[in-house]
Amino acid sequence: MTNAHTPALSLGPVYYLWDGPKWRDFYFRIADEAPVEHVTLGETVCSKRQHFTEPHIAEVVERLEAAGKKVTLSTLAMVTLERESRHVRDLIRDSAHPVEANDLSALGLIAGRAHSIGPLVNVYNAATARVLAARGANNICLPPELPMNSIEKIVASLPDLSFEVFAFGRMPLAISARCAHARSKGLTKDNCQFICGEEPDGLPLRTLDRQSFLVLNGVQTMSNSCVVLLGELQALSAAGIARVRLSPQDCDMVAVAAIYRAVLDGAMDDGEAIARLSDVYPGAVFSNGFYHQQEGAAWIARGRNAALGQG
Amino acid sequence: MELICPAGTPSAFREAVDAGADAVYCGFRDETNARNFPGLNFSRPELKDSIGYARKRGVQTFVALNTFMRAGHEQLWYEAADDAVALGADALILADFGLMAYVADKYPDQRLHVSVQASASNRDAIQFLVEAFGAKRVVLPRILTVQDIARLTRQIACEVEVFAFGGLCVMAEGRCSLSSYATGKSPNMNGVCSPASHVKYRRDGDTMVSELGAYTINRFGPDEASGYPTLCKGRFEIGETHGYAFEDPVSLDVVDHIDALREAGVSALKIEGRQRGKAYVAEVVSSLKKALSAEPAERSALVARLRAMSEGQRTTSGAYDKRWR
Amino acid sequence: MTLPPALVAPVDLAPLWLIERAARTIFSGVLRAHPDLFERLGEYRQTRYLFCPSDLPLNFLVVPAAKTVHVSRKAQRPVSDACIEGPLVLLLGLMEGRCDADALFFSRELSVTGDMEAMLALRNALDDSAIDLPDEIGSLAGPLAPLVAGAARYVRKRALEGRDATWS
Repeated sequence: MTNAHTPALSLGPVYYLWDGPKWRDFYFRIADEAPVEHVTLGETVCSKRQHFTEPHIAEVVERLEAAGKKVTLSTLAMVTLERESRHVRDLIRDSAHPVEANDLSALGLIAGRAHSIGPLVNVYNAATARVLAARGANNICLPPELPMNSIEKIVASLPDLSFEVFAFGRMPLAISARCAHARSKGLTKDNCQFICGEEPDGLPLRTLDRQSFLVLNGVQTMSNSCVVLLGELQALSAAGIARVRLSPQDCDMVAVAAIYRAVLDGAMDDGEAIARLSDVYPGAVFSNGFYHQQEGAAWIARGRNAALGQG
Repeated sequence: MELICPAGTPSAFREAVDAGADAVYCGFRDETNARNFPGLNFSRPELKDSIGYARKRGVQTFVALNTFMRAGHEQLWYEAADDAVALGADALILADFGLMAYVADKYPDQRLHVSVQASASNRDAIQFLVEAFGAKRVVLPRILTVQDIARLTRQIACEVEVFAFGGLCVMAEGRCSLSSYATGKSPNMNGVCSPASHVKYRRDGDTMVSELGAYTINRFGPDEASGYPTLCKGRFEIGETHGYAFEDPVSLDVVDHIDALREAGVSALKIEGRQRGKAYVAEVVSSLKKALSAEPAERSALVARLRAMSEGQRTTSGAYDKRWR
Repeated sequence: MTLPPALVAPVDLAPLWLIERAARTIFSGVLRAHPDLFERLGEYRQTRYLFCPSDLPLNFLVVPAAKTVHVSRKAQRPVSDACIEGPLVLLLGLMEGRCDADALFFSRELSVTGDMEAMLALRNALDDSAIDLPDEIGSLAGPLAPLVAGAARYVRKRALEGRDATWS
């Protein structure tokens, strides 16, 4: 890429429930092999899952930092119980690492300290970004729903703030108090038996006409399609995006990171990169509709980028 | 407890006032509110007349500006706020931090209510909104139990309003891009969930098929009560089974919890339904008004007739009851 | 709640032009009396709306902008952008905002096809308009107005009585 400015790669938190060892080994490999500069981690979707990963967080953080990665800890996306409130408060009070706020409680508690804003906080315009920056946010991962023309306007309005774009992975589309994942298996949220752990890449939900549509991930509903912004990276760099986020799927994320790195460095064209990505994440359907101001599920092929990307 | 009632048109507004609303909420005819449907909502002169009508009868008017400002088009929202204040809105119902900051800064005396779309679901979140923007009331997301609400009201320096009757969002409000994933129109930015422009009803023999964008949302047998073509109330296939993955087509009805909500310290009950007709508004408002002052034993009978007008012709107490999860 | 056969039979025999003329007169009267309806419809004034009373052998095609009503026999359904089908009294009740369209739709008593945005715009515009059909019809009857309006009001009351029963 010819720009003076090349965005950094950032790995978002694992949204799925992976068992402790799988989760730990995933991050060990990221630490050892993945060309990412930033890693955000920690349970974000469901507080009931926290005990799976908590025993391993210390060793994972240590390994990542030893490998030179900058580590940020993610907060819960939805906080309703006293126990969850306490957890967010403790995390913000005790953390030696920067924190990524994913709900309003974290936003309130963290004011005055440097922090990140996650993609689950509604930042749709520069005025909102400015409010958050004034309270100490120094990196904002924009919601996956934002089209490029919004991204450009927000970034241009706050040139000194670091912005991040969700560029790979199934999109978090919704979150509920009710657990559709447990319900689909005849259970309820309160007695879920951690059934969502059975699907480490989400439970597919199809329409009655058998169209692939969404996947369930506990209380979170995600897109079936996997966002792939590769043909768009150049425009994002030019717009001044500081970080490109890869959201972990149950596939070889080291390979995914290598592909994105190669495209960012100008060592691989995006056509080849997309073809390789299909091998790395077999069976995945790609989408980039939100970026192009279409339905999120849409895939706008490269030839049309010039017309739509800036639209 | 106050009764906060919806109005999508000036006619519905008058019906709500006449039927006993303590406050009526409504929005402008554009993307600045979350019921941006064709033929619905208020022009500036209509809002002015409506506020006048309400005020003469001691009823308040809340103006919902509860979508998120699209980058580059913020002026639309700022002007809507300016006009709502100038026309005498008793409160603005806001979701976007940028817009809250604008209103708090420019109109420090204007009552600011936090929309359900902001998803303020706990004390620290609400404390943040009170401190940062001077919020006076928060409309709680429909993800809390009555017990959660009771605990919350004791912890915060802010009035609490909760949804009592009408459409039920299954997902945390303001945090759902399902509709926009299927249609490209965003509830948060464009103010419309399951936009009519992308809805199709198709007959397949005896079956009525509802579609949103390219996706089949439901198939209704000949005598089956139907619902809106919203994704979260659709029927889907998971593995080898199919059914309502998120929620049946039902409406929210917490009439049975009125006393518990009052004891929990709730200041106001809100009726959903700015997109419904004036006949519905009149019926629901007057029934709930009666229910509020009735003996608990009489309430069910008062609201039973409302169920026939509800989505799927059935109701649920939703997240207010822990078992719903 | 559906129309009795004794009422439907003459409709079957009456010449279309006569029905069309009556419908058109009522329709343009309504538009004249309710300019706000037209305004609220916005861009959907151009839409071809088809009303199919399920208990009448006729269809009514309405284009608000052209101020036209076109009546046809059931057998030949004209091309339209949006179509609504249901018992006549409900369609009329809907016009007056006396019935809740969503409730009727949920109960499957009404069915809608075609451009849903246009249908929604019409529903909302009608709902706001405070149309009173007996009044509108009465006002066309000149000196006989009170008599005609009164009769129409009586018919409406009887027709909608069934509705109230199902709500309570």
